[in-house]
Amino acid sequence: MLSYIAKRLAMAIPTLLIVITASFFLMRVAPGGPFDGERQLPPEIEANLMAAYHLDEPLPMQYLRYMGNLLQGDFGPSFKYKDFSVTDLIAQGFPVSLELGGLAIALALLLGIPMGVMAALKRNTTVDYLLMGTALGGIAVPNFVIAPLMALFFGVMLGWLPVGGWNGGALPNLVLPVVALAIQQIAYIARMMRASMIEVLGSHFIRTARAKGLNERQVIWRHALRPAMLPVLSYLGPAIAGIITGSVVIEQIFGLPGIGRYFVQGALNRDYTLVMGTVVFYGILIVLMNLIVDLLYSLFDPQIRYDD
Amino acid sequence: MTIFARARLTRTLIGAAGLTLGMPLAAAATLNIGISGDPASLDPARVTGGVWEEDVLRDIFEGLVAIDAQGQIIPGVAKSWETSDDGRTYTFHLREDARWSDGEPVTAEDFVFALRYQVNPKTASNYAHRLYPVVNAQKINAGEAELDTLGVESQDDGNTLVIRLAEPAAYFLKTLVLPFGYPIPEHVVKEKGERWSRPDNIVVNGAFKPVRWVSNAELDTVKNTEFHDADKVTLDGVNYYPIEDKNAGISRFQAGELDILRDFPAARYQWLEQQIPDAVKITPSLGSYYYVFNLRDGSPTADKRVREALSLAIRRDVISEKLLDGAVTASHSLVPPGVSHYTPAAQPGLDDDMDTRLNRARKLMKDAGYGPDKPLNLTLRYNSGDEHQRIAVAVAAMWKPLGVNVEMRNSEANVHYSELMQGDFQVARAAWISSYDDAQNFLQLLSAATNNYGDYQNSEYSQLITQSDRELDSDRRRDMMQRAEAMALADYPLAPIYTYAARNLVKPTVSGWDNNALDMHASRWISLDRNQ
Repeated sequence: MLSYIAKRLAMAIPTLLIVITASFFLMRVAPGGPFDGERQLPPEIEANLMAAYHLDEPLPMQYLRYMGNLLQGDFGPSFKYKDFSVTDLIAQGFPVSLELGGLAIALALLLGIPMGVMAALKRNTTVDYLLMGTALGGIAVPNFVIAPLMALFFGVMLGWLPVGGWNGGALPNLVLPVVALAIQQIAYIARMMRASMIEVLGSHFIRTARAKGLNERQVIWRHALRPAMLPVLSYLGPAIAGIITGSVVIEQIFGLPGIGRYFVQGALNRDYTLVMGTVVFYGILIVLMNLIVDLLYSLFDPQIRYDD
Repeated sequence: MTIFARARLTRTLIGAAGLTLGMPLAAAATLNIGISGDPASLDPARVTGGVWEEDVLRDIFEGLVAIDAQGQIIPGVAKSWETSDDGRTYTFHLREDARWSDGEPVTAEDFVFALRYQVNPKTASNYAHRLYPVVNAQKINAGEAELDTLGVESQDDGNTLVIRLAEPAAYFLKTLVLPFGYPIPEHVVKEKGERWSRPDNIVVNGAFKPVRWVSNAELDTVKNTEFHDADKVTLDGVNYYPIEDKNAGISRFQAGELDILRDFPAARYQWLEQQIPDAVKITPSLGSYYYVFNLRDGSPTADKRVREALSLAIRRDVISEKLLDGAVTASHSLVPPGVSHYTPAAQPGLDDDMDTRLNRARKLMKDAGYGPDKPLNLTLRYNSGDEHQRIAVAVAAMWKPLGVNVEMRNSEANVHYSELMQGDFQVARAAWISSYDDAQNFLQLLSAATNNYGDYQNSEYSQLITQSDRELDSDRRRDMMQRAEAMALADYPLAPIYTYAARNLVKPTVSGWDNNALDMHASRWISLDRNQ
């Protein structure tokens, strides 16, 4: 098991290297620079700015400098948020995104899995149609529609919850964004769970279990649930990495200080270091989450073993 | 207990904890302002020119001069000043009671340090060029002269500051309300280096002092008791919330989370007027939205007849009234009407009725060689944005009857402006918002090398602008600038479209907040009556 983990981590290094190199050069190929804006800067000022951020050096040199700093854990300064380094921004924003995303995923699993199981067991009944119809609605209506509507209803009209702001992560401030983030995930998980449960329920070992005279509850809990979870599990790896690195839409609508917006804003502002920082961070996270998911497989599926 | 009541209780508890920590009395008189974005920095030398940055810095720093609630210039750290007869030397007498938030006195040396720090090429300040009128500033900024050759001097034991300009610049004093005119505490910068402006290190001389900054969520300040006018400041603090999604900002304002929301979207104007008429504050501001024509060879708009025809055919009233809900005013000039001591010149022909304009436009197009069998294919560039797109679609439709086929190209702002600067366009959307009240700031767009996207070249015009910068008699200066504007507009280097409006939502419980064309509001004049 340990040697498997070590092997996977070693394999991650070339992957990350390719990701970093590709995004470094792709970012520079994009038209427009970090200091182009509505107010054109005089040449002296632009030259000073380029020199301050080493952008006046040849590109290969900049690349080597960046990689050198990265090895020391230094993501460099942000061009846009000048009082913060990219490391500061990620360190400040990630706990927020993690809390929001973690809660949203937990909520999604808590509701999505039972919904899917229920729909599979009551296949083609009103319960199934109702649950899957709701799930379809959750997938179809994007969160930039749901979030403002929830804010309007629960915040402005009823006045029960704050419409926006982080407030240090106070519970009332968390409710709306977590629910808004979770809705789509609940829907995905429920649909995935239903499909896989139906498949598992039709398999031979379930028939055997029933033939042995086990009651329905035992069949479901002891035999069907674990294998049915596998597709959800493989979906969860990238989904968790995606959701805990923030959602630009939810963060903007609720004014939350997560790191999701840095992906988009960094790219739009040509804030090279910020984009690179978030890409590297996201890359590492994806590699780790996929590894964890693969390790979890062995818990859910006895046919998978990593120790040989 | 409802969740909301629990939140209130939590807040009360936090407030109580604050008291025991020696923080100012509760949060009852803390003003909550929704601003358009996060400041790039709290260091006056490293801001990037966003209105929202100036909003914050105006509250935490005070320059030689300051502004009152109406946006008029008043004494700041300087209690008085004189200008020499040749207009080149400014002598500022500083007030004795000006203090930094750590109790140290604010002296002329702090200003000398700040001005040198701004033009130092190593600082890489975006706004150092505003100081180029000062002796040697440009050379120093280009790395061609030593820092101590800058034309600034502390005299009289730090009580007097002298600034020497290379040439008279009549607008110079007005620009000193901007961040580059603020002092910087040398003693703190020496100790903390570049990190001096982080909230845990920063020392300020304005009415409020930053205490906490969560990037992209909130920036909290408390009243600075060392501020010389602190007795008259009634607020306990100001919290700024960067809000990029303006519609979300409106919801937060309606839910009572904000006292002031800066810059609501024009398209929501009528709706807000119906919903919360007491809160809507709107007034024409010092900003011009225009279409710039490329005058370089090879672009069809190098032909003046084409430019004139295109400008004549734009129905500005339709854009301002129908598309933008009446939240802005149609414009016929480059300089907006709100600039004081100035009457803008209108572009010739725009005051005629629409039939006359269209007839003339058709004739001009025919003269230029375009007609039904030879349509003009034109590209129109704009930066991505709902409002810009709607205007572009409308303008394309207005040009259609002239036989103009418009190809629209939109790109994100950085790409858009980078292409404008390279001259890679035919017609493009542009705008200029001035942060000081002087026509010169708009007129230089057509004479300076920077921001003159269409490459308008008129030596007589440039000469008039240079002369007016040096003219000390305000009436003569105004006449020169008006002549210059009329001259340039008659060449149709651009088509004015509308004058921006300052659009704010302000709760009726806020007093001391006045509409002004600069849309600059210092929180030191504001008070809150929560009981109202």
